[in-house]
Amino acid sequence: MRIFILLLAALFSLNATGKADQLINESELKSAFEVMEGRDFAAKEAALKTILNSGLENAQKIVAGVLEGDVMLVKKTNAVVFVEKKDRKYLATDVLTGEKVGEFSKRKLKKFSINNSLRSFIRDLLALQDLTNSDPEKRLLAVNTMLANPDASHQAILEPLLQTESDEAVKAAMQLSISLSKLSDDDPTVQLKAIGAVKESLEPAVRNKLKVLAETSSSVPVKKAAENALIKIDDRIELFGHLETLFFGISAGTVLVLAAIGLAITFGVMGVINMAHGELIMLGAYTTYLIQLVMPSMPGLSLALAIPGAFVVSGLVGIAIERGVIRFLYGRPLETLLATFGISLILQQLVRTLISPQNVPVANPEFMSGLLEINSVFSLTYNRLYIIAFCLLVFAVLFFVLKKTRLGLQVRAVSQNRAMARAMGVRSSRVDALTFGLGAGIAGVAGVALSQLTNVGPNLGQAYIVDSFMVVVFGGVGNLWGTLISGLGLGIANKFMEPWAGAVMAKILVLVFVILFIQKKPRGLFPQKGRAVEN
Amino acid sequence: MKLKSQMKKLAIAVAATSVITIGSVAQAADTIKVGILHSLSGTMAISETTLKDTMLMLIEEQNKKGGLLGKKLEPVVVDPASNWPLFAEKTRELITKDGVDAIFGCWTSVSRKSVLPVVEELKVPLFYPVQYEGEESSKYVYYTGAAPNQQAIPAVDYLMDQGVKRWVLAGTDYVYPRTTNKILEAYLKDKGVPASDIMINYTPFGHSDWQSIVSDIKKFGAAGKKTAVVSTINGDANVPFYKELGNQGVSAEDIPVVAFSVGEEELSGIDTKPLVGHLAAWNYFMSVDAPENDAFIEAWQKFIKNEKRVTNDPMEAHYVGFNMWVEAVKKAGTTDSEAVSDAIIGVTTPNLSGGVSAMMPNHHITKPVLIGEIQDDGQFQIVSQTPGLVAGDAWSDFLPGSKDLIADWRAPLSCGNYNVKTAKCSGQNYE
Repeated sequence: MRIFILLLAALFSLNATGKADQLINESELKSAFEVMEGRDFAAKEAALKTILNSGLENAQKIVAGVLEGDVMLVKKTNAVVFVEKKDRKYLATDVLTGEKVGEFSKRKLKKFSINNSLRSFIRDLLALQDLTNSDPEKRLLAVNTMLANPDASHQAILEPLLQTESDEAVKAAMQLSISLSKLSDDDPTVQLKAIGAVKESLEPAVRNKLKVLAETSSSVPVKKAAENALIKIDDRIELFGHLETLFFGISAGTVLVLAAIGLAITFGVMGVINMAHGELIMLGAYTTYLIQLVMPSMPGLSLALAIPGAFVVSGLVGIAIERGVIRFLYGRPLETLLATFGISLILQQLVRTLISPQNVPVANPEFMSGLLEINSVFSLTYNRLYIIAFCLLVFAVLFFVLKKTRLGLQVRAVSQNRAMARAMGVRSSRVDALTFGLGAGIAGVAGVALSQLTNVGPNLGQAYIVDSFMVVVFGGVGNLWGTLISGLGLGIANKFMEPWAGAVMAKILVLVFVILFIQKKPRGLFPQKGRAVEN
Repeated sequence: MKLKSQMKKLAIAVAATSVITIGSVAQAADTIKVGILHSLSGTMAISETTLKDTMLMLIEEQNKKGGLLGKKLEPVVVDPASNWPLFAEKTRELITKDGVDAIFGCWTSVSRKSVLPVVEELKVPLFYPVQYEGEESSKYVYYTGAAPNQQAIPAVDYLMDQGVKRWVLAGTDYVYPRTTNKILEAYLKDKGVPASDIMINYTPFGHSDWQSIVSDIKKFGAAGKKTAVVSTINGDANVPFYKELGNQGVSAEDIPVVAFSVGEEELSGIDTKPLVGHLAAWNYFMSVDAPENDAFIEAWQKFIKNEKRVTNDPMEAHYVGFNMWVEAVKKAGTTDSEAVSDAIIGVTTPNLSGGVSAMMPNHHITKPVLIGEIQDDGQFQIVSQTPGLVAGDAWSDFLPGSKDLIADWRAPLSCGNYNVKTAKCSGQNYE
């Protein structure tokens, strides 16, 4: 509180006098660094403040360096240095003199250890410094950091800065923070005005303060105003909560759709129950891993290459399964089921033996991490956004193939009425092989997407086989739209039930619902029509 | 002619078999077999595979020292594949078919519960190296991992010191997290935490869609009071959990997560930069500064031929447990379980953090409690340490059903759940 104001005063005095004289002497600085080397975390707060206020030109850079791990101690000479990593070595420059000290290996250097409370402390310290940074983005980040941990002193710090602030976004954030501080003012008129200013904000700090006012304020109009504002804010938060659950449901649904769509084709067109479908997904995920092994520093490019790669790998395996095993078992669903189950075991064990029985790490490219913040209570994670887009793209491509290409025409003909199609000159056995290959290839592509979301191991397929069949059966065998709607629907239903039933129960309820639905409509949501099918 | 050659073939086969059998029987008498029962595939392989390698190293080192009782130790490795009933089958196989004198194994409590009736029936000791929920003490199990009072309770105490007022207890859905959370809930309520400030959540093994749960954690933590997550999530579900925390921007300074089943091994496959500051509570970290630890790490990396392999707490527990078993066998002069059971109580052996560990009468050991923060290289930095050793307490003082129970396997009590109030010893199948 007082300390922040003192800090600010120090900051202004620094700005006023330009390059300041050393405010403290060398020995005080040395003992501050000594405390930083030690294990007493409580004493380190004071030491960091000393360093920040030392008057050194790069005091802020040093403190920021302690946070990021760019400031280290050379074990032999006890010199405090900035380090820059180059290959496996670190280039060190002295923090006080700026001269290059040399290159060291990791073993010769020691980090200054900090814990969580020190990290937050340093961030708050640096935020105050950044309020006068020339970069408006940094200023906005500083104000938002202060907003996350509101303090009574913030009003005094921000009001003068507001006068000279030019950037609109920073101004708005500052005004919000000042209004937030004013909510704790003793004068009810000031409080009422502040409530009016913040009632549109969804910041958690604002909501918490309004809650306190609504419960404990002695002034009746303030209490009522806070209550009303709180109701409106809670309604908006609830709306965004539902939107967020919808987003989660859609992203869970698209994962289901990706996993199931290959099965919809093989099950739909040929009526073949392929228990090795999960393993085809797994092979696609492993293809991603193997391609990443070849180019470890370019996860984005390897992902892009993995998509056609996985399609080819799983597609070829699919065609091999069809030509080698399934072709001889047409019209015998139980035998096909057993045979493909055996193949799934073989594929799992093959991966365990050739690669490893443990999970393998698949890296996410940079553009897939992090989130898109819509407002303080609603954000969308990038990896899920990309997966949703990817699923819709795959669906569109598949739709195009089935509706607009010659192969698609033949596939649809064979699935509606095989005898008639053959009579029209369609080589149905070749179409079968290609259809199976297509379905398997799509499963491989689904594996690429899954590798970004979940652990890749030999058992990956087992986790998705039941869900895939559930989606296909619910949606209507052989129907692409059915798979899409069924997958999305089941994903959304699961995610809406999860908050109050728990993850396990939600899954069970969805399965029970599907079972009951199938009793009423055995052929799913969008069954295939046609005389041949109904036989 | 055909019959004669067939008879000849049969005779040769019988002769060969008997030679081999006699040979192997003679061989068997020369080695002491040690069973290694860890999942090498499935959802728990990420944690357990390294324990199998640790045991192989310990056995090799003991053999270099001359073996045990003049005989070589022979490891017998099986893979129960994260399949709990298979753990019981494999245990039976190890004891009846391979004739092991001790088993080092298990990780999840459900696997241990599955093995428990088998070792009690066939009377061969199991050394269990992993932290667990307590509420159990068996004559044939030695618990070298942490009981809740050696891990969960001190971790919660540390967080309370840091000002945490709201708690999320997130675990995998099986006995260990359920029981530990029962204990922690009782403990927190004892300390005055209202029920509205505690959120409990369970997920299945291998759960990978953490979106809604992490979002709920964020919402729970936005109420203005400092919030922390106490995680008993086990196995590879941790990887997507931490990834989702990173993606949704939950940093350790806002909502710290303290995990009880995540160590150096689980972190070795992921990028830990977004996880810096999240915590784990164990009785040993690879970063502990002690000469015994440096020697162990060097020997381990040499054995496994990989400088990048890490060490962790369950490995140290196997180190301590194995050395205790060797001591006890030497003291008793035999590998017979009853003799070992009498000899092992009171045995002390050095641990890897510079102190010693002692086997208590309740079959738990004494351990220091360390709280560490994850660093960006997957190592832990110790931020808090108990000044002395804590003795493991099998029966939690915070649950009404177990407050009055103690375990003491020395004569004359020789009981795993003895009620001090009613002076009665109940069997293993309590409520």
